[in-house]
Amino acid sequence: MIRVQTGDFDVGAELAGFAAGNGRVGATCVFVGTVRDYAAEHAGPGGWVTAMTLEHYPGMTETRLAAIEAEARRRWPLEDVLIVHRYGRLEAGDRIVMVAAASGHREAAFQACQFLIDWLKTKAPFWKLEHTADGDSWVDARDLDDALAARWDG
Amino acid sequence: MKVLYFAWLRTKVGRGEEDLVPPAGVGDVAALVTWLKGRSAGHAEAFADLRGVRAAVNQDYAGWDHAVAADDEVAFFPPVTGG
Repeated sequence: MIRVQTGDFDVGAELAGFAAGNGRVGATCVFVGTVRDYAAEHAGPGGWVTAMTLEHYPGMTETRLAAIEAEARRRWPLEDVLIVHRYGRLEAGDRIVMVAAASGHREAAFQACQFLIDWLKTKAPFWKLEHTADGDSWVDARDLDDALAARWDG
Repeated sequence: MKVLYFAWLRTKVGRGEEDLVPPAGVGDVAALVTWLKGRSAGHAEAFADLRGVRAAVNQDYAGWDHAVAADDEVAFFPPVTGG
């Protein structure tokens, strides 16, 4: 399931309804991403990130996230998949994204969860604008994220 | 044609969306960019260095040689940074 929303989410409540009643589930892995209060590229007195604003491409975001979920289900025997991603203004410490994968055994759940967030970070059309004491700046894509996503190629 | 801009491309162009009728001969994304650069100083600045620009046609990633037509939705944005 895919959800794109401005409001916060409750990880416990999300998991309570995740793969509920499915006796085949033996393993569930969850990733939760939150807003850091620092950014390496803004080192210095004004480097603290007080908040960020996430912009996205309505329509394409949902299509891309659904494609990422479908690819995960094609690769691993998953009983359930959940992607919740927020947009709009988020304060330091706020949750941004939650990804969960449920399977019969832990190996598939771990791998699928990592795959989902790696592909999300490089393929879902979201952009982060960081707010610091020095002003606002758009976050640059990281080569590391491309490398982490590329390990799932092929 | 609906043309969308996101993140810093939106701020440089000065708007997030335009309904445009490109001239005949604008048949792919690259030709569209060339035509858009002539629309304003903001457009020219947004497309000055295409290494930092990605495109989508009808909400799917597209290369510079991807065809575009009058009823397409074409979007331009920097590499994504979600998650």
